[in-house]
Amino acid sequence: MTIMAVDPVLARRAAIQRIAEATDHRRQMFSGLALLACRACLVITLIPLVALLTYVVIRGASAWSWAFFSHLPTPAGVPGGGIWNAIVGSLIIDGMAAAGAILFGIAAGLFLAESSGRIAGTLRLATDVLAGVPSIVVAIFAYALLVAHGIHHFSAIAASFAIGILMLPVIMRASETAIKGVPTALSEAGFALGARKATIARKVILPAALPGLITGVLLAVARGAGETAPLLLTAVGSQYFSVSPTKPIAAIPLVIYQNGIQAYPDLVKIAWGSALFLVVVILVLGVGSRLLAARLRRVRHE
Amino acid sequence: MSDPMTIPSASAASPSVAKNASAGAVMTLRDVSVAFSGKVAVRNVSFDVPINQVTALIGPSGSGKTTLLRSLNRMHDMTRGAVVTGSIKLGSLDVYGPAIRPTLLRSRVGMVFQRPNPFPTMSIYDNAVSGLRFNGVRSKALLDEAAESALIAAALWDSVRGRLRAHASTLSGGEQQRLCIARALAVEPEVLLMDEPTSSLDPSATKRIEELIGELKDRVSIVIVTHNMQQAARVSDTCIFLLMGEDRAGELVEAAPTSKLFNAPSDPRTDDYVNGRFG
Repeated sequence: MTIMAVDPVLARRAAIQRIAEATDHRRQMFSGLALLACRACLVITLIPLVALLTYVVIRGASAWSWAFFSHLPTPAGVPGGGIWNAIVGSLIIDGMAAAGAILFGIAAGLFLAESSGRIAGTLRLATDVLAGVPSIVVAIFAYALLVAHGIHHFSAIAASFAIGILMLPVIMRASETAIKGVPTALSEAGFALGARKATIARKVILPAALPGLITGVLLAVARGAGETAPLLLTAVGSQYFSVSPTKPIAAIPLVIYQNGIQAYPDLVKIAWGSALFLVVVILVLGVGSRLLAARLRRVRHE
Repeated sequence: MSDPMTIPSASAASPSVAKNASAGAVMTLRDVSVAFSGKVAVRNVSFDVPINQVTALIGPSGSGKTTLLRSLNRMHDMTRGAVVTGSIKLGSLDVYGPAIRPTLLRSRVGMVFQRPNPFPTMSIYDNAVSGLRFNGVRSKALLDEAAESALIAAALWDSVRGRLRAHASTLSGGEQQRLCIARALAVEPEVLLMDEPTSSLDPSATKRIEELIGELKDRVSIVIVTHNMQQAARVSDTCIFLLMGEDRAGELVEAAPTSKLFNAPSDPRTDDYVNGRFG
């Protein structure tokens, strides 16, 4: 026992353990309170979201019917109108926008991920600026370029152009991150087999980055689908069925904007039904992208 | 650099003579199994960790060495779906019992990881005393004393004493790992777990760490995971040999004093492994 009393290590061990126990005891209550506070904050942040979703579901669900999805709009006061033309219109606008944004966005993302020079730095900064540009600014640009000049009237293609620009930075940054996440060892293995840079990008890097690319694309489409300001100045909306890219076209966000503030209950109801539809689409895209990415990763690990 | 004139003598050279008189086990494992989301990774392992000795966990990849090591200080608590069954005791204390606080347990059973992971925003000194500060030690005298003692024990004191306020990232990889060892030692744990501590280091840095392990066992009982059999032979007193069983769960094949396990193993699979016929 005398050895233990003089040994500095044992003496220090005893002192430290005593302090640690006292500290742990003292902090247990504070730790519990802190955890409780974190949980309370979580609940508080969820309240607006839950309230919003609940209200949209309550107001929107009653508008849903087979006719709501399959009919064209009816004049104010005539019941039984639907949003079939707006669904098709949104599909056309967002489909064309996504096609362009995916092509340019992934290519640019690949470039950003693979290069580190001044050009890449500038491009990266430009992408961040573009991501922050208000959608109404993009809208007036698309209006000036394609509506006031170019095509000379409101059109689906002008809307696609504006929405595509808004999707672009999202896809670029997501693909850059996904591609950078592919281990260098994989591309080095390709180089060591005599593959060219483009071949490695096509056969090794892009397939490996696919889960991240898909997530980025779906998030960008979800963002684009909800944009309204660009549509106001480009597609303007339509009461008729149209698939022409060069003519004005209906779209879901425009239905909400134009019907939501009307005095006719039927039209307001259609606005809420459309709002619920938009929320469901975005939810499906968001959840779907996660599930798909997780599934792809799992398939590869097995 | 350490003083070149110092002549290494048997055991008296150690500044601390904390040799515990009673030989025995500091930790005991009985029928320990670890499962992740129902998938068994380690099954029914039982052995003793002798006090003031170096115990090596050896075996090929997938044999559950690291999984087993991490169960000793409840690092699996942070993994969702991980379940540890069986009995692990530190002295007479049940490591997974209701009476224990995991945070306090981990200040008594420290850990060093595969890659050096000093806290990047802290200085060398702050890294060394981080464990003490996390546990509420405020006394500057105690912090200074523990830091110096731990840095000396980790063979780092002579090279960093003049720059304790420098960032830990200014150290070389081997020095960073020794700083991590010092950081773990500063809280004066009873057991130090080392998970392949030299796997990311070059041979000369590895050699220094191995020498260090031999010097530290007067102060702390060590459990080391290594995939390198020569390393296990050089540094350990006891070897625990694990192998992946039929259902991919790690199982204990043989536990024996290192010299016996390497020279006269009782299980033919151990013989095959230590003689390099597989793994």
